[in-house]
Amino acid sequence: MCTSPRALAVAALLLFAGFAAPAQERFPGIGRAATPAEVKAWDIDVRPDFQGLPAGSGSVARGQDVWEAKCASCHGVFGESNEVFNPLVGGTTDEDIRSGRVANLRRSDFPGRTTLMKLSTLSTLWDYINRAMPWNQPKSLSVEEVYAVTAYMLNLARIVPDDFVLSERNIAQVQQRLPNRNGVTTAHALWPGQELGGKARPDVAATACMANCPVETKVTSMLPDFARNAHGNLAEQNRLVGPQRGANTAGTGAKLAAQSVQGAAATGAVTMPADLLQKNSCTACHAADRKLVGPSWTDVAKKHPGRGDYLAGKIRAGGSGAWGDVPMPPQAISAEEAVRIAEWLASGAAP
Amino acid sequence: MRTERVTFLPPSGRLIKAPEHFIAPDGVRQVFAEAKQGRRDFLRGAFAAAAAGVAGGAAMAQTEGDPAILQLPEHSRGLGRPVVSDGYGKPSQHERNVQRRQSPGLTQTAQASVSFAPLQSLFGIVTPSGLHFERHHQGWWDIDPSKHRFMVNGLVKTPKVFTMDEVMRLPSVSRFHFIECGANTGMEWGNVAVPTCQYTHGMLSCSEFTGVPLITLLQMAGADLKKGRFLLAEGADGSSMTRTIPMSLIESGEVLVAYGQNGEMLRPENGYPLRLVVPGVQGVSWVKYLRRVEVGDQPWATKDETIHYVDLLPDGQHRQYTSIQECKSVVTTPSGGQVLLDRGFYSITGLAWSGRGKVKRVDVSVDGGRNWRNARLQEPVMSKCLTRFNLDWVWDGKPAIIQSRATDDTGYVQPAGRQLRGVRGTRSIYHNNAIQSWLVQESGEVKNVHIA
Repeated sequence: MCTSPRALAVAALLLFAGFAAPAQERFPGIGRAATPAEVKAWDIDVRPDFQGLPAGSGSVARGQDVWEAKCASCHGVFGESNEVFNPLVGGTTDEDIRSGRVANLRRSDFPGRTTLMKLSTLSTLWDYINRAMPWNQPKSLSVEEVYAVTAYMLNLARIVPDDFVLSERNIAQVQQRLPNRNGVTTAHALWPGQELGGKARPDVAATACMANCPVETKVTSMLPDFARNAHGNLAEQNRLVGPQRGANTAGTGAKLAAQSVQGAAATGAVTMPADLLQKNSCTACHAADRKLVGPSWTDVAKKHPGRGDYLAGKIRAGGSGAWGDVPMPPQAISAEEAVRIAEWLASGAAP
Repeated sequence: MRTERVTFLPPSGRLIKAPEHFIAPDGVRQVFAEAKQGRRDFLRGAFAAAAAGVAGGAAMAQTEGDPAILQLPEHSRGLGRPVVSDGYGKPSQHERNVQRRQSPGLTQTAQASVSFAPLQSLFGIVTPSGLHFERHHQGWWDIDPSKHRFMVNGLVKTPKVFTMDEVMRLPSVSRFHFIECGANTGMEWGNVAVPTCQYTHGMLSCSEFTGVPLITLLQMAGADLKKGRFLLAEGADGSSMTRTIPMSLIESGEVLVAYGQNGEMLRPENGYPLRLVVPGVQGVSWVKYLRRVEVGDQPWATKDETIHYVDLLPDGQHRQYTSIQECKSVVTTPSGGQVLLDRGFYSITGLAWSGRGKVKRVDVSVDGGRNWRNARLQEPVMSKCLTRFNLDWVWDGKPAIIQSRATDDTGYVQPAGRQLRGVRGTRSIYHNNAIQSWLVQESGEVKNVHIA
């Protein structure tokens, strides 16, 4: 096989441009010109120089409203939540805004790295909110809402004032206040080309010593015994034939889980409507046996046994207060599907 | 069956005997007593029960031999199942333990998450498509190929649209390449965090991919390759994953717009019906559900090039656009979480790969890195593809630390963890290609360890 780029380029040339005709004419009947409307519909990316950014604006105040309605359930009211995703806001200072380097990134004892600690280009934030948020309804925000939510996040980190209105006209100036705008480098050898400058040589140069190599074979880290079952019973994760078996790491925890599964099966409960839970994005906020944004299905089942009607109503209407501060928004789900999910919950939420 | 096997292990665990030859003393006495009375059918039943109790092992009586040989099994005496019992065949029921799995506690949602390939149970270099590791950022979809479109725009003469039918009419190539997540082994930067090679290295898979070289499609649109030195690839799913791809790599002909995987179409979890294949580069750049590429004159600093997939250095700077997966290897047999059945011969085997080219050599140590031997490389050895290696080893029952160290054809040698951490610190997360150490304890149990 050829490995040098030059050799491959030559091979590519021979293979795909075998004669002089340019590729446009070589494959007649394949592909067509995209219409301007088609390109506009899909070409939504925004670059660091803000090429691609649509004109518009949004205020911090408007951003707060959108945030509380559409973002806070996953990210927390102040972007600080670690419940579902890593915290977005926090860890930056006014001094970082001046210097363009986030001081906490130098500390090895600082817990976690928020999005705004890492953000070096403002286009990245705008583009990602626009293309992928909210998580379970991506591309549903208006241009104004994207500007507004971006402004609200920047305000939480004191990058812009409370009365700020972010727009395509001032976004480049705000870029100059990003706390980590000077915090990235491309001086490394891990980009496969010369486009970014970079370095020719890898940063770590090891040698292949073969005999009596100067190493201390002292074990410095291994899993503690209490974590033996943290990844389940390893005996069940290895083939049952061959030179070795998986170690039996089944402990009390694993046994209890197995028993509870059997218990649920024995009651002959309604089967889990996994298709509906998936289709309606219930799984974005709820899980079977642990709290995510909302309560676990097991906890709901325990609290409301036999109350299918009540639960069907709550699923469609939403609510807040019963399970903590984070509200459950009203769900656009058919009555029939809500009833199916509710009956499953009311009958014990068997997995 | 598995639990019975474990109960046969001697409690001290000094030497793990395979349960072959084992039958409880009571059973032996009874079998022989009954046999003397001529009750052959009872004898047969007792042997069958013993055989079942030891997970298919051979419970052997002193005189006659192995009942797995002496007592013809049902499959030798009956009629088997018909063709097309299942229009798409599945693995044996006895292979049920070989599954891709999530690492508990790693992610808080199942849609923005990872499942790891069971490297400890795979042979050769190809990952069965159903065991290919998964990484989704906003859940996966099974997209109708008749409604999927592929667009080329940006610095091109004519922006173009292709249907799947049209992409598949073009001349295709099929090539074997590994794909590794940039965060593979990321949980192990600071200390040991997971027990088995499925979790330490399982964000790694290798397939034969079939598709059209991207450069062909760019040329069909009349791309300006002089000015357009970067390309944005974008997915059609909710996350609309975007990554910047270097034009030099595309020009080499290596980057594919792929629809085939191991002889069939891509699996939905792996991007059906269309994904980008960027050999040697971390998996996040292999954009799934590929809907669009845009030619441009500067990189895009997308979310997964700015907030994630950036490598934090000790001085607080992040390395951006770190893409190549450097030379790396791991012993998959024996590996963490396994138990050797006895002393004696073992074939140490594992996988080696490099994002810069071919694997040139792999060395294996069983004494924690003091002495090394050349492993055999199994043919074929291909560029930016997994290479299988193996080495003979006789285990004497004493503790051993098994390691592998790969060298690629650029001369780059896979580093020890301390060398990597010496340059990049402990908080880098991505691109951990350190030498992996497996401690074989006297009990035969293998543990994931870091050594000084």
